Amino acid sequence: MTLFCRGGARDTLRIEGARVLDPAGGVDGAFDVAIEHGRITRLEPAAEAARGLVLAPAFVDPHVHLRTPGREDEETVASGTAAAAAGGYCAILAMPNTDPVVDCASVLGALIEAARAEAVVPTGFVAAISRGLRGDQLTEMAELAALGAAGFSDDGKPVVSAGLMRRALQYSAVAGRPLALHEEEPTLSRDGQMHEGAVSAELGLAGWPSVAESTMIERDCALAAYEQRSLHIMHVSARESVAAVRAAQARGVAVTAEATPHHLCLTDDAVRTLDTNVKMNPPLRSEDDRQALLDGLRDGTIACVATDHAPHARHEKDVPFEEAPFGVIGLETAFSALYTFLVEPGVLPLELVLERMSAGPAQAFGLPLPRIAEGEVANVVLLDLEARWTVSEEETRSRSVNSWLLGRTLRGAVVKTVADGRVVFAA
Amino acid sequence: MAEIRLAGRPPSPPRRHLLAVSDLGREDVERILGTAATLARSLDREVKKLPALRGRLVVNLFYESSTRTLSSFDLAAKRLSADTMSLRSSGSSVDKGESLKDTALTLAAYDPDVIVIRHPCIGAPQVVAGATAAHVVNAGDGKHQHPTQALLDLYTMREALGRLEGLHVAIVGDVLHSRVARSLVEALALVGARTTLVAPPTLLPRGIEALGCATTTDIREIAHADVVYVLRMQHERMLPGAAFVPSLREYTALWGITPDRVRAGQVVMHPGPMNRGVEIDPRVADSGAALVSEQVRAGLVVRMAVLYDLLTSGPVEIVRALEVA
Ligand SMILES: [Zn+2]
Repeated sequence: MTLFCRGGARDTLRIEGARVLDPAGGVDGAFDVAIEHGRITRLEPAAEAARGLVLAPAFVDPHVHLRTPGREDEETVASGTAAAAAGGYCAILAMPNTDPVVDCASVLGALIEAARAEAVVPTGFVAAISRGLRGDQLTEMAELAALGAAGFSDDGKPVVSAGLMRRALQYSAVAGRPLALHEEEPTLSRDGQMHEGAVSAELGLAGWPSVAESTMIERDCALAAYEQRSLHIMHVSARESVAAVRAAQARGVAVTAEATPHHLCLTDDAVRTLDTNVKMNPPLRSEDDRQALLDGLRDGTIACVATDHAPHARHEKDVPFEEAPFGVIGLETAFSALYTFLVEPGVLPLELVLERMSAGPAQAFGLPLPRIAEGEVANVVLLDLEARWTVSEEETRSRSVNSWLLGRTLRGAVVKTVADGRVVFAA
Repeated sequence: MAEIRLAGRPPSPPRRHLLAVSDLGREDVERILGTAATLARSLDREVKKLPALRGRLVVNLFYESSTRTLSSFDLAAKRLSADTMSLRSSGSSVDKGESLKDTALTLAAYDPDVIVIRHPCIGAPQVVAGATAAHVVNAGDGKHQHPTQALLDLYTMREALGRLEGLHVAIVGDVLHSRVARSLVEALALVGARTTLVAPPTLLPRGIEALGCATTTDIREIAHADVVYVLRMQHERMLPGAAFVPSLREYTALWGITPDRVRAGQVVMHPGPMNRGVEIDPRVADSGAALVSEQVRAGLVVRMAVLYDLLTSGPVEIVRALEVA
């Protein structure tokens, strides 16, 4: 498949004495690495690795909102991909719920041109499953795929009609690109502002029950099994959902799933503050759900970490909780958040996090795996695990600052990102 | 994960607000109710105005029509000699699409001491507290909180029954949509009283027991309570399509407070306005057991006490303020 990015000469650089850690490729040790004209040309054992420096395959984010066309005040291809570069990503996929929706060749073509002109990291565009995300008529999936659509999704909305979902699965055989689903049974989640549970009962906020997600996942896995097609489930949030994906995988359904850093690190307890930067869809759930996500990540039921980077203008988040839009940004903080809250405290091993941020999502979407091996195009990230940094509005590269991490000090930082052989970020 | 809980309260010394019952400790409740009792005595005098808050500005910012609560806050401020200003959703910038934050910033230019806000959205008082330097009092935000209602209910119960600790209160009706119920459950837990929520299963929010109350769908359970607190049934919840209960008629039959369901010695409370013949039978509403007008009177003194408490340093000065009057 094709990703789109600004061209230019590829870089040459040497990285000496870092711990090279490529979990999918089975590499872990101190190496001197030479990158010449964008390719890894030498990988030589070094005597000793510099403290805290890790060179890993760069990250792949299958779920990003670039807000263009339509809301360039919130994000653009240039600002969103700069944020991705700063977060250590070598490839991202942008969602189609823009204004206008990415549901026809002209909108997709314009985005691809924009990416060729301004994308800092290789960017793929996911096109809509249904026209206008209205859920009643398929887009011209084959034509969109031929033009370069990376996949299909009505993200932001579920495909409510089981009939249309079935036809989309059937037609994905022609398009040859995966379907990525936002799972939400709308008559159950209607008006939901946060996870339904003790905290929503206390706050009086309308609940978005976890079964609204899992019943829809179960429906779509049943359809995928019947049609013998594959599925990708976006931003899984609940225990029942992990169980539904695991059960479908066990009976042979080709289903992959992703979880976001905020669902992995936070619970609905954070909503007690009524801070609109913890309002997301699907909502932050209970500690029990969070533990189930961590288990799913450990056993591979959830193969991908995705940020669901969702920029919103400040004035749209500076309103009462109930009026605020759903979503938080996350590209620049994903690794450090997971490192700070999960790896350092010993909840998840570093290798697992690196694998789920890189090889996992690349595999799920049929992208070439970022690898650290001689002869490969360089898609690498250099991490300083001993660094500490504080998330601030001023240093955010995204055009929006709706982060749940503002003002927090994180451990572990991205020092350098090389994407498609070019240095796209250097701290 | 306590270590990554977001900071919700301002750093100390905090500017004090009353956004939710959880902003209060037990000693705060005791102090406010004590102040209210002192103020109640002062209101028996011929001249009812006290000079305590002379020169202070209290702004009432009301995005929902509520004559009852607005007039109670307004009179409470006036009785303490504060200047008041009321903005309602009709005829103000509130209707012109201005954001709540911008309205708050505009108001802040007048340098108000207290902003009392009523808003249909949960979290609106937090926005005002973040945008101004005023003390903010939540006079009802959506289905979330109405802390002064809870305080006036505690005051009423203590006046009528002589104690709060160990009381058993049954709250009956649409708990799901009720900020009054949520605030009162927390306040009762704070003072050591026991609460049972009695409601149709569709109107009992999942997980509410975590607030420290029992739940039941059986109306007969109210027999064990000292206080039967009846919630207002909102007619729109009963319309076909809303589907919370099959019909108003059936609701009244199963959960309406009728004379045969009230035991001798029980008191009946209602935050008003009442739907007579729906959640409460007129024979109960008009009986000696009903404390509805006591609640309204308590509302005035409790709101005076809250304003006084936020703007002064506590119970010592109240004596002096009363002496000066
Ligand atoms: Zn989504």
